[in-house]
Amino acid sequence: MNLSTGSYRTKILGLVMAASFIALIIFAFWVSPNDDQQGGAVRLLYIHVPLAISTYVCYIACGIASLVFLIKKKIWWDYIALSTAEIGTIFCGLTLLTGAIWGRPIWNTWWEWGDVRLVTTLILFLLFLGYLALRAMPSSNPNANVRRAAVVAIVATIDIPIINRSVEWWQNRTLHQRSTLVELKIEDWTFFTLVLGFLAFGLLIIWLTIHRFRVAWLAGEIDSLETELALKKRLEESNI
Amino acid sequence: MSYIGYVLAGWLSTFLAFATYIFFVLRRGRSYSAKVPEARRRWIDSGSENKGSNND
Amino acid sequence: MKQIWQVCLKDLKVELRSRIVIFQVLPFAVLTIILFAFAFEADRAALRDYAPGLFWVTVLLATFLFVLRSFSIEVEAGAIQSLRLSAVKPQYIFFGKALALFIGMFILEVILGVATFFLYDVSVESPSLLIVSAILTTAAIASAATLYGILSANLKARETILPLLMLPVLIPVFLGAIRAFDDALGAVAVNGWAWLSVLGVFAFIYAVFGSFAFGEILEEVE
Repeated sequence: MNLSTGSYRTKILGLVMAASFIALIIFAFWVSPNDDQQGGAVRLLYIHVPLAISTYVCYIACGIASLVFLIKKKIWWDYIALSTAEIGTIFCGLTLLTGAIWGRPIWNTWWEWGDVRLVTTLILFLLFLGYLALRAMPSSNPNANVRRAAVVAIVATIDIPIINRSVEWWQNRTLHQRSTLVELKIEDWTFFTLVLGFLAFGLLIIWLTIHRFRVAWLAGEIDSLETELALKKRLEESNI
Repeated sequence: MSYIGYVLAGWLSTFLAFATYIFFVLRRGRSYSAKVPEARRRWIDSGSENKGSNND
Repeated sequence: MKQIWQVCLKDLKVELRSRIVIFQVLPFAVLTIILFAFAFEADRAALRDYAPGLFWVTVLLATFLFVLRSFSIEVEAGAIQSLRLSAVKPQYIFFGKALALFIGMFILEVILGVATFFLYDVSVESPSLLIVSAILTTAAIASAATLYGILSANLKARETILPLLMLPVLIPVFLGAIRAFDDALGAVAVNGWAWLSVLGVFAFIYAVFGSFAFGEILEEVE
């Protein structure tokens, strides 16, 4: 019996994805040059930057899917919201981790409170941890839980710009703001590798979302099967 | 290449995290699939393209 | 408008009868303020400098307790059920509840503020900024807290879920409130008035979004 959540199309997608990641590794470590200022540490940015962008893509997708779910009430959208939130949170955690690892040699610190993006991303991470915790709660009324989660996700997504703005203003107190985006000199291979990173991570998001969606779909099916079974039993008992 | 330790730590931890997550998602998918009849798993097509593969 | 007021009055009456704020939340808040003084080894200068932050941390913790208690009383008494069945629009229920929470929180903040004033030896430079920013902050906190309060009301693990959901969301408010108080108390030379816009926008967004989402959630609460 075929038990995989993969299908013919996802297998092809998966192969392309794997190939692009291998290409990314080759380009990031052998083809692209060292940076004048950062030296080899620039190679961390080839995963860090795509990770960060992917985080925001996932979270915004989660917010949109939640909104559509509340309007259309199709559980389908809720599965997408759950999948993207979970994947986004993994990306977010890795963004923070690779950022810290990059910051240690370049900024000489693991964590820099003066950086807007760092702090914003951390808060975002906490917000979606709350969302996932809510989703993981067993509930007597799954329908209610799903709606609550949708509201929380929408609020979290709306909050992204507010948090960013407020953190930016907040740390202006000392008046010397550290520039976050290190001036990446757009040399041919550096730029190409970065684009390759976006491509690989884009494919990864799609591939992961499809599989995670199918797992969510299966979980939903199991729930409804159990309900059907219980109902049947009840009916049989009452007939006798 | 300077900072090679940091770079490797970043890349390896990222790929390790991906691999772990993918492993658990796929495993969960398999164990759930076993409980759901094939007709209700929409992504399974008529079967022609799955023939022979994935019987593990 | 009248319905909003009725919901608010009903909540305040429950509040007066159960005396949660006076006998449970307020003592806890004052205790926290005292603990902070110990943590800073009673260093007068440091306490004066960090008074805004410590004050608002305490308020956030107190809000959490307050919301938790008042909504669980509500669920236990089945009050939400009866509200839902009444003809009152969900939006009005939301605003009524938020208003009641606002009044309760504001009273708490005034008392806590007086305690901070004496214990931390702060001086007030701009009373008007202090009051306006406190009102806006409380409005922002009250509208967000009402939404998350109802959201987690009948969850089993609400004690742990509520802070996890509510506190990160309130961080912008927290930053704004601290900066506004920094200016009002003369602790740090910043433009506190500018922060009122963040507080205002936040309060507005939560009031509007909360009032719509409230109906969505209320339908499902048992």
